[in-house]
Amino acid sequence: MTEPHIIVENLTMAYGDFVIQRDLDFSVNRGDVFVIMGGSGCGKSTLLKIMIGLKSPATGDVLYEGKSFWKASDEEREKMSRKFGILFQSGALWSSMTLEENIALSLKQYTELTKKEISELCSLKLALVGLAGFEDYYPNEISGGMKKRAGLARAIAMDPEILFFDEPSAGLDPISSRLLDDLILELRDSLGATVVVVTHELASIFAIANNSVFLDPDTKTMLATADPKYLRDHSDNFTVRNFLLRGELQEQNQT
Amino acid sequence: MNSSSQIAEIRLQEEHGVFDVHLLGDWVIENQLPDTEFVFEKLAGSKSSSIDINTKGLGDWDSGLITFLVKLRNYTDKENLKLNLSALPEGAQRLLNLAFAVEEREGARKSLKKESIFTRVGVSFLNVLDRAHSLLTFLGEITQSFGRFLRGKANYQRSDLWVTIQETGAEAFPIVSLIAFLVGAILAFVGVVQLVKFGAGIYVADLVAIGVVREMGAIMTGIIMAGRTGAAFAAQLGTMKVNEEIDALTTMGIDPVDFLVLPKLIALIVMLPLLSIYANILGVMGGASVALAILDVSAYQYVVQTIYSVDLVDFAGGLFKATVYGVLVAIAGCRCGMQCGNSAAAVGLATTAAVVSGIVAIVVSNAIMNVVYTVLGI
Repeated sequence: MTEPHIIVENLTMAYGDFVIQRDLDFSVNRGDVFVIMGGSGCGKSTLLKIMIGLKSPATGDVLYEGKSFWKASDEEREKMSRKFGILFQSGALWSSMTLEENIALSLKQYTELTKKEISELCSLKLALVGLAGFEDYYPNEISGGMKKRAGLARAIAMDPEILFFDEPSAGLDPISSRLLDDLILELRDSLGATVVVVTHELASIFAIANNSVFLDPDTKTMLATADPKYLRDHSDNFTVRNFLLRGELQEQNQT
Repeated sequence: MNSSSQIAEIRLQEEHGVFDVHLLGDWVIENQLPDTEFVFEKLAGSKSSSIDINTKGLGDWDSGLITFLVKLRNYTDKENLKLNLSALPEGAQRLLNLAFAVEEREGARKSLKKESIFTRVGVSFLNVLDRAHSLLTFLGEITQSFGRFLRGKANYQRSDLWVTIQETGAEAFPIVSLIAFLVGAILAFVGVVQLVKFGAGIYVADLVAIGVVREMGAIMTGIIMAGRTGAAFAAQLGTMKVNEEIDALTTMGIDPVDFLVLPKLIALIVMLPLLSIYANILGVMGGASVALAILDVSAYQYVVQTIYSVDLVDFAGGLFKATVYGVLVAIAGCRCGMQCGNSAAAVGLATTAAVVSGIVAIVVSNAIMNVVYTVLGI
């Protein structure tokens, strides 16, 4: 079971002729909390889109448990992506459905469970994210932090093997963001899932990640992949350490 | 992980005051989950004060197992029984604890009350009043805004006005051409068949010219605009409402009615009459093409007959109607958009409402104007 869960191989991503990142090579182990980090505009979210199947790569591939994701047929890719749970940046809850209906949709589509079982599962997922009793609320009736957690409840509806998060702490106050981080770790441990997070929040990076990749917009490739705490203390790359130290290196150089 | 999954089931055993719950097989949501009601029936009839979970035969598990455990724990908490979960896999224990970590907030759950028929009738009547009130408010806002426009004080972007004029006017040419030409042709067909019986074929020119200029040109253009432009207005404003863009304008001290509604209103007031003049020409041409093809009249005769049949009053009457339709379509579209709810589905409803109320307003106002025209002898 030491085989990596996700492998990104020789990946180049581009919009038309405009290359955003090239030669990306890294792997994510089972049970990792893996952070994709880098400054604004470096292509973090695009990388996430390629990993979850929303955008195709220019060259290269993503492997899940050794199986190619982008060389597979559309149906196979759809089947593979059923094992993903995705939390979008602003929750992306369907606004015309209640929270329960939001969570129930995939369960209705892909399982043979009865209505009562589905409704119990929905309540469980809401309880897991701390939203017990909010089944009948519409997304526009709850706060931003609650929307994030409801989005998380929808993401874990099908007990995914891999959880993807796009900027989970964006727009949250420090305490809610900390609670969300704790929740991510707790769910990783109890569901046994692999977690991939796109973020540039340093506090949250150091709190949850045990592996990461750093994307650089200037050289248009990755500069390092390792535990971010290790990179902060031992990386020999200036850009990476400067990022992880909130630009303190730059100040020292100037004085 | 074995590929053949085993059916999940529960076996119960009771001895020495301990109730044993054996969990067997794969408790995953892709499979059927067992019926768990009988466990609680058995528990209710038992005198044991302690429940042990036994997981010797448990295979794979996921949330399907946790929902059962949540129900079990709710039951034992209520009945003050001891529940021994230590045999469960660690992940399952953690998930269970997490599910109970945050208490349900007091009063969070929505209560669904059955309301009496009187309450419902009363509520819907009050809703009607509310809607009438909001419509009148909106009309007042538009009137004030239009007043500011006439005094040159309205706060809008001239470029917006030009873009809207182009979108509602020039870009509607193809569909207006097609429909006006065909409606003229249809009028001519209907007329030719009837009038030839009386040897009065040439009067098809009168029928087409009066029909198109007084009624059909304006009404067809109005309905096209309601479907094409009114819907677009409602969808655009509705989406802006959902994205809080309208609130953003208000906070900057910009009146959203001036900034968003006024250019749309003026564009339609200007363009709908102009389009209907164009539709009149195309409609008469459509009628002429059919009449000349079927009847034995010369083009010269037909043109003279057409010019003779329509006077300036007919033309002005049609033009006035077109202007009224322009106002109505713009108001219907903008009102539905500005008062849109806060979700994607609400934008759809607003768009539908804009088209429906636009068309209803056109037809009803046309009937009223025809009565007035008749009384005035126009």
